[in-house]
Amino acid sequence: CRPFKSISVFGCIKFIKYEVLALWQTHSLQDLRQQAAIASKVFVQRDYTSGTICKFQTKFPSELETRIEKQQFEETVQTLNNLYAEAEKLGGKSYLEGCLACLTAYTIFLCMETHYEKVLKKIAKYIQEQNEKVYAPLGLLLTDPIERGLRVVEITIFEDRSIGSR
Amino acid sequence: MHLGIDEPRECQYNQICTHNSSPMETPHSKKRKVKRKWQIFPGRNKFYCNGRIMMAKQTGVFYLTIVLILVTSGLFFAFDCPFLASNLTPAIPAIGGVLFLFVIGMLLRASFSDPGVLPRATPEEAADVERQIDAANGAGGPGYRPPPRTREVVINGQTVKLKYCFTCKIFRPPRASHCSLCDNCVERFDHHCPWVGNCVGKRNYRFFYLFILSLSFLTIFIFAFVITHVILRSNRTGFLSALKDSPASVLEVVVCFFSVWSIVGLSGFHTYLISSNQTTNEDIKGSWSTKRGKDNYNPYSYGNILTNCCAALCGPLPPSLIDRRGFVQPDTPQPAAQSNGTNTCPTTQLQSHMCHQDQCIQSTKFVLQAAVTTPLLHAQPILLGGGPVLQPKPSVGGPCSALGPGQPSLPSSIPGLSCGGEVLALHDSENHCHHHLHHQHFISPEETPCTAHLGHHMPLYDPASQDSLHEDSVRGLVKLSSV
Repeated sequence: CRPFKSISVFGCIKFIKYEVLALWQTHSLQDLRQQAAIASKVFVQRDYTSGTICKFQTKFPSELETRIEKQQFEETVQTLNNLYAEAEKLGGKSYLEGCLACLTAYTIFLCMETHYEKVLKKIAKYIQEQNEKVYAPLGLLLTDPIERGLRVVEITIFEDRSIGSR
Repeated sequence: MHLGIDEPRECQYNQICTHNSSPMETPHSKKRKVKRKWQIFPGRNKFYCNGRIMMAKQTGVFYLTIVLILVTSGLFFAFDCPFLASNLTPAIPAIGGVLFLFVIGMLLRASFSDPGVLPRATPEEAADVERQIDAANGAGGPGYRPPPRTREVVINGQTVKLKYCFTCKIFRPPRASHCSLCDNCVERFDHHCPWVGNCVGKRNYRFFYLFILSLSFLTIFIFAFVITHVILRSNRTGFLSALKDSPASVLEVVVCFFSVWSIVGLSGFHTYLISSNQTTNEDIKGSWSTKRGKDNYNPYSYGNILTNCCAALCGPLPPSLIDRRGFVQPDTPQPAAQSNGTNTCPTTQLQSHMCHQDQCIQSTKFVLQAAVTTPLLHAQPILLGGGPVLQPKPSVGGPCSALGPGQPSLPSSIPGLSCGGEVLALHDSENHCHHHLHHQHFISPEETPCTAHLGHHMPLYDPASQDSLHEDSVRGLVKLSSV
């Protein structure tokens, strides 16, 4: 398990770094949350037209019309969909991982994380980034779908105190 | 879906591993003690090792499975292997050992892992879905019963109906189903296996399949080599003395003989299911059979057997959606079904703070509702004044009048509204009380305190039954005054 151990140690360090960064970012976003009142929440539902794979509807919710551009929103959701598709992709790499895991009676996952988990970390990072750069300045907050059981993308709309309460 | 009265929920999952996470002494010490999410999990599951292991409630048959496998394999290694190793080849116990370890490993993995449970909707989500459903169905009169909630979606050219789960307050994804034994919605639900002591769903189907496949190999292996052993012995010493020398062989042969038929059959059935990418649930219902319609086909199949098998067995392993070992954040919304109070007994203090509040709001609502419909409340304020539970008349009058104009909309929304939804509606008329026995008189007198919960178990409010409501309200108020 030695090569996997070094990967996992490296992965751990990276993970810790991301966690600290995320914590700091969440803290600043939480300040925003506590200062501003929640006006409403919008839920972007799953799109099952392609089967059971994780995909969200790109339909632009009417409540966000005054807050954000349609194109920006669609781009965010499309990127999320692409990331989830990458996580669930069936291909040579995933089959190899599956077979190797089966042969080691799945004990290999004690040493390394699955491909899906790696992509989930990528998604979490992407959402943090989007929140910071795009959504928080507009008074919106995206919640990572994994916290809602991959059912919805929850967008919290905060009251716009600078302009006046709506 | 539950349309009847549930059996009383025992506060089961706090009895395990208490040295790791001690139960709360009082609700007021909540700010010091952080709970893990498995401790407030609303489904009927048992958790061990601080949330790492997850099983169904009934595990008796699982222990039987373990005992059968261990005893039969143990007897094989103890009585038959020495002879076979010395007379044939030592590879036999070696292969047998590897097979046995694989079987046990797969069984434990299938039994202990999360089958793919979908977490229940948060109150805001549930309210949002309700709004969408009401908008879709259109507003009806007080007596109007909305049609069963379904959504249609076209997947790969096939129209699939998504059903609404009343317990979990979500529209189930395709292929998901609600397990009535575990009280959870499970993704790609195959079946609930009592032998494995868990549901078989998206996340543990491959372990289940590998378990039954390797078990069928092990059973055939043991059966074959025990017979070989007996034959070799009887060639030397005669049949009866061979049986006397290794009595365990008889037991093994009997167990294996009966197991072979069932397990090999089951393996074959599941091999067919995997190759056609169906679940046991779909196969039993005949969802994709051509008998239903000429154009009926399975939209999830990849077209060829190899891809279907690879996808089921070697595809990426999805993560658990319920985050059992995460800590409960004090400001996160609790799932809607939680406030129904099914998972805590009112007498215990565990996680009942929210639950009590919501149930009290419910009960207050019913009292007020009854009050509006009967002249009793207005005529005799002393009944309420005496009770420690409700505030004196002037403040009751407030929410009472607030409820008045809104009343016609209440009856139609009662059957479907979640507890959480009603909490939102009555946010300004909150009363603190620790006594919710009175509310059950408005629902049905025969329900016991522990089982009375106000989600989908409420009968339809019929405005025509005002007399019974009047009686109930009188009974309730008398009980209140007696407290």
